[in-house]
Amino acid sequence: MSTASTTLPSAGPVAGSRSFLSRLREGDKIARLITFLFAASVVLITILLVFELWQGSVLPRHKFGFAFFRTSVWDPVFEQFGALPFIYGTLVTSAVALLIAVPLGIGAAIFLAELAPARVSDTLEFFIDLLAAVPSVIYGLLGVFIVVPLMRQYIQPALKDALGFLPLFKGPAYGLGFLTAGIVLAIMVIPYIISVSREVLLSVPRDQREAALALGSTRWESTWKVVVPFARSGIMGSIFLALARALGETMAVSMVIGNAPTISASLFSPGDSIASVIANQFSEATGELYTQSLIELGLVLFLLTFMLNGLARILILATSQRGSGMGNA
Amino acid sequence: MKRTAAILLMTFSLAAFFIARAALSITGAGATFPYPMYSKWFDEYHKKDANIEINYQSIGSGGGIKQITEGTVDFGASDGPMNDEQLKAFQDKHGYAVLHFPTVLGADVPTYNIPGVTTELNFTPEALAGIFLGKITKWNDPAITGANKGVNLPANDIIVVHRSDGSGTTYIWTDYLSKISDEWKNKVGKGTSVNWPVGLGGKGNEGVSGLVKQTPNSFGYVELIYVIQNKMPYGRVKNSSGAFIKADLASVTAAAAGAAKNMPDDFRVSITDAPGKTAYPISSFTWLLIPAKFSDTAKRDAVKGFVKWMLADGQNYTEALSYAKLPKEVVAKEERALNSIQ
Repeated sequence: MSTASTTLPSAGPVAGSRSFLSRLREGDKIARLITFLFAASVVLITILLVFELWQGSVLPRHKFGFAFFRTSVWDPVFEQFGALPFIYGTLVTSAVALLIAVPLGIGAAIFLAELAPARVSDTLEFFIDLLAAVPSVIYGLLGVFIVVPLMRQYIQPALKDALGFLPLFKGPAYGLGFLTAGIVLAIMVIPYIISVSREVLLSVPRDQREAALALGSTRWESTWKVVVPFARSGIMGSIFLALARALGETMAVSMVIGNAPTISASLFSPGDSIASVIANQFSEATGELYTQSLIELGLVLFLLTFMLNGLARILILATSQRGSGMGNA
Repeated sequence: MKRTAAILLMTFSLAAFFIARAALSITGAGATFPYPMYSKWFDEYHKKDANIEINYQSIGSGGGIKQITEGTVDFGASDGPMNDEQLKAFQDKHGYAVLHFPTVLGADVPTYNIPGVTTELNFTPEALAGIFLGKITKWNDPAITGANKGVNLPANDIIVVHRSDGSGTTYIWTDYLSKISDEWKNKVGKGTSVNWPVGLGGKGNEGVSGLVKQTPNSFGYVELIYVIQNKMPYGRVKNSSGAFIKADLASVTAAAAGAAKNMPDDFRVSITDAPGKTAYPISSFTWLLIPAKFSDTAKRDAVKGFVKWMLADGQNYTEALSYAKLPKEVVAKEERALNSIQ
């Protein structure tokens, strides 16, 4: 119960005579409860989601068990389902995307945060935010009409000539495949890395930079050896944000990956990813086992994302305890 | 506060009044292939009888079968007939059967992109099966050149393109391949989605045709309506009488007429590889899935009325949208079957 308010002299317990301010203090508790419920509802929705995915995939879980993760056959006619090609495709395309996007993104972020004049930095940041907001279908169209022909006619043959002895670059050049999907994904996630990393780099305290410069380091040395390590955990957060987007990306990937569930060492080979196959096959799936196998694939993707995010958290915790602000290598 | 409440109450009751007055609403869901046709039909039928409003959601044949079995829609639609298992599931759940009514015809055509070849190619069933099984790998294979004398086919690898999404188009194609090739039947089978031995996947008819257009030496299958409306070149297929037939509305209707003689009473028939000199071998019906019993007599009469109209006037709208109409024998049989809906 609220204590006596300071604005009105109390005139006895008449209903409605409690002042506005004294009612406001109790409102704190109500506000706390309401905002707690909002936060809890997010957790509740996630739990419900996992529960539904679990319930919805009961048939294939009982029929295939863990073999679902080992089998590479996906046959809706003879009802044999295995998730391996899709897990492989999801991981490979995301890995290729990160391999391309991380150096480019962090390099661009360093340029924008440290080395560019403020006006250039702000203008470029505006465009990068625009890029991040472009819907993924547009990237898919970009992939199909620009990246795929480029890959088929110039880039893949060039890679084959130069590095064709590697198993990574063997096989006919269709234009579609893991490499193309990885490149399109990289284009999609670079804006995220640049945006977040730039913010993090800008928030490094000035005295860190100034101290490095005062000790005689060059501009680049102070950036690379002092500022970037200080911002390491934020930059890694941006990388995992990018990874999360790459793992779940559906439309753009399904348009350029070739949709042939194969496991191959070659990046030129067509493949398939979990999100892509669910989007492609779910609406026409007939038969309980088929539909539920697709739902189980969704559960697999959820678990994959969850595990990688958990890994991200652990890595960030581990590195931030060690390095932030201390400046040791 | 009182005034807002009064206004809200008035708005709701007005709305309720209008909704209550509005049409008898029938819902259906299912196949995407005939969606443009159904859209036109439902619109025309509503003009004819403003009290009946039919809503259709093209969520896919699988969705159509699922929803009609669940009972969430009044009728379903599917490019492939329900199999015995699905029929039994419906019967077990509802206590009565679900009936199939063919509405229009579709067909698949082979399309290709071979640098230097501009003529229409002929394809034998063996060639088609061999290419899609991955056994015929080059364009100058005897199985293909044998049917195309005088055409200079290069020694390039064939790049097969199929559908990545589940679709009635794939069902028609694989149904045909299963009929003319035992190896295909045992190895791959038929379905809206299959385990393709070779090839790249494109999403939708537009995905496959886009891939074929962009990729030299490629070969894929697309829906007839799509090639007609997009004016694409496509090949001829040899039918069971030995003639190389090009797919068009007439040859597709001829396939249905050829199969009409042996049409089972439940209309669940595949008309691929149909007999008939002018029949196009890769054709198929698409069906409406209607329960044999309705608890709501108004809905039953509305649905029956629509199907009756569809079989008569409705067939006049098909050619404008490039759908082949039903042959007369099938229409007559369906009109008789309509009477069994209670």
